[in-house]
Amino acid sequence: MSEASKDTPEQAEFRAMCQAWLARNHPGQPPVHIPQGALELSDPAALEWLQAWQKSAYDAGLVGADYSKECGGGGHTDCQDIANQEMQRAKTPFFPNIIGLGMAAPTIYFHARDEVKQELLPKLLSGEDIWCQGFSEPGAGSDLANQQTFAERDGDNWIINGHKVWTSLAHFASWMILLCRTSRDDKYNGLSYFVVPIKSALGKGVTVRPLIKMTGETGFNEVLFDNLVISDKYRLDEVGAGWKVAMTTLAHERGAGMLVTPSAGGMVTEEEKGASVGSASSLIDLARQSARGDKTAADDASIRDQIMQLLIRQEGFRQNQRRAGIAPLTDHPMRIPLQFKLVATEMSQDIAQLAYEIEGAASSLYVNDPNAQAGGQWQLAYMNSFGVTIAAGANEVQRNILGERVLNLPKSK
Amino acid sequence: MTQSKNFGFGEDEAMLRDSARKFFEDNCSADKIHKQVAHDYHIERDIECIWDQSLWRQIGELGWTAVCVPESAGGVGMGVVAAVALAEEAGRTAFPSPLISTFNATFVLRECTSDNAIAALTDIAGGKAATLAITDRAGSWEPSDTDVSVSDGKLSGTAWFVQDAKKAEMLVVSARGESGVGLYRVDPSAAGVDIEADAIIDLTRDQGHIRFDNAEAVALAPPGEGDVALSRAMPAMLCMVSADMVGAGEWLLQTTAEYARTRVQFDRPLGFFQAVKHPLVNVMLEIDRAKSLTYNAACAIDEEPEQAERYARMAKSAASDMAVFSSSRAVQFHGGIGFTWECFVHIFFKRQMHNHVLYGDGKFQRSKLADMLIGKAA
Repeated sequence: MSEASKDTPEQAEFRAMCQAWLARNHPGQPPVHIPQGALELSDPAALEWLQAWQKSAYDAGLVGADYSKECGGGGHTDCQDIANQEMQRAKTPFFPNIIGLGMAAPTIYFHARDEVKQELLPKLLSGEDIWCQGFSEPGAGSDLANQQTFAERDGDNWIINGHKVWTSLAHFASWMILLCRTSRDDKYNGLSYFVVPIKSALGKGVTVRPLIKMTGETGFNEVLFDNLVISDKYRLDEVGAGWKVAMTTLAHERGAGMLVTPSAGGMVTEEEKGASVGSASSLIDLARQSARGDKTAADDASIRDQIMQLLIRQEGFRQNQRRAGIAPLTDHPMRIPLQFKLVATEMSQDIAQLAYEIEGAASSLYVNDPNAQAGGQWQLAYMNSFGVTIAAGANEVQRNILGERVLNLPKSK
Repeated sequence: MTQSKNFGFGEDEAMLRDSARKFFEDNCSADKIHKQVAHDYHIERDIECIWDQSLWRQIGELGWTAVCVPESAGGVGMGVVAAVALAEEAGRTAFPSPLISTFNATFVLRECTSDNAIAALTDIAGGKAATLAITDRAGSWEPSDTDVSVSDGKLSGTAWFVQDAKKAEMLVVSARGESGVGLYRVDPSAAGVDIEADAIIDLTRDQGHIRFDNAEAVALAPPGEGDVALSRAMPAMLCMVSADMVGAGEWLLQTTAEYARTRVQFDRPLGFFQAVKHPLVNVMLEIDRAKSLTYNAACAIDEEPEQAERYARMAKSAASDMAVFSSSRAVQFHGGIGFTWECFVHIFFKRQMHNHVLYGDGKFQRSKLADMLIGKAA
């Protein structure tokens, strides 16, 4: 039986629409180099091409299907997942506005006033406005509530001062979701949540400076606020309710939110063909190509065992996603969803790490060496994998959350 | 994906599982099991086969043994996923019974086409306990390896590592004839059948080796077809043992979490400390992976059979590794008390360590998988 056989009538009609549209409107091969993911975007031409793809998918109804029509959505029920399945099946490019779709949109949808939803969500969903996230600070990483950026009330406005770091996509962003402090009297209840303009305020209270990652790539930034003035209408929920609003953002970031994030992908570009990296099964090809004396790494019992371990973890992750939706086979509704971020990011890291071992001496070669195996992409993927095991609440924090919320262990703070 | 989204686990399966969970809660508390199977700690104690036969009779009356017997043989004809759910509940209570052995015999008999096999299935549906005698002295898990031979329809030789050997009322024996391995039904009380119990670590089951000396046997699958039937049934057998380990793993996790919530050291409950909290979360991750893979494999047996062996070996690998990890962490985090006989943890620890090697441990499964997915090593 296929996934389609379980569709509601609304979903079946929607799926047929997606399939018909994708058959005619796949954007084809990109004219420019497209990085491994949206967070690695640095070339404006690549962004522009991906924005055009997101806009066309949005106009066709494949982005924001479950959002209300007033907010620029499709007004459907449980249809975004259908669109995501069909876009994966059609092997489309990914969407560039990843933070907007995955974090800002649901937060705005559940916490902003109606006029702000109607102002911001259509251009967010279409990808015309790129969004970034202003949570982390030099002194607030895993201890997210230790925010020092301060918003001071000034009549109907707020004046914002502070310093945000690790801000992916800020160099392209029109808007930011901002967690900051409005009172120094209480750590958690002194936080408030805003949406603030970035691009239109550059030089007028906002400075964006690139940070360079350990890979040598850029892609994220620090953002400085110096007396940025914004209207009170851009405050989400009540003054002092910032932590609660941030939980909506984080739940969606970790794949455990109420709304399914619009997500496309699966496309293999011409340059990636034959050098596919990232999945455990691609390690098999890498092992076959890596010499060990007169044999290959694919003949080495230890390497074989480790590749199988990762294939099993990968299949286990896929089957966990399947089981998470089957209520009688889950004892606690959040038990599997809260594992997604932790499990997926550590798996990717371990897959890339094993590639080093398989490549042997050649693993020392980087992307700029013509002799690098798989174009040095495994090395790049390994180093970049730490971005995601650290970001969105370091995995050590994820283990605290799982231990406390699911196993009811006492809080470690 | 060409499988049902819900693993084939629908309302009927959920009702069966829920009634099993209630049955075990009512009848098999850890306290009761411990009193029953751990009453004598002496290493030199006599080998005993301890189980509650009245509960087994109730299980027969509830129809659990008929769940996976085809309707044509008088059974219910449910999918493997239903048996997996029962095995998970049995594992959660470390239930001493021939339930899993009987299911495994059922899966093998379902792959035999003879009238004798159908008659055997009908007996199982009626509540008869069965087990497989298919392993040689070396402990090989290969279906073609056996130390028993067949001549003129009679069996001679010894079958080793027979699960629930003293509880079974029907033996399904693999034996080599001139044209290959066949399968035979033997009555354990027949002449020429001598069951010698092994002194095993696991307190919740019995195991034995069975000597056949020109023993009467009924042919289930002719020589050349027995190992084929065993190979076809292997994914379901792996699922059953995996499900038992998933259930036992969950008991170990929840029991250890409860201890970590209440036991205070350095003025804090143990679970406050991340040195305890984080490994317990890792145990949970491993249980969930093994559980999802087990239900996937069970569903594949009925809905995507060409993938069943691959998925079942993945499940058994994940479940075996989880079994070792969950049991070792449970003993460690119970501290000094966890090292004692009086603490219930060792009951489950021993069951996990027994199951993790049964039909091949994690490394064995991964070696099989690598041969399938990479090809044999040069």
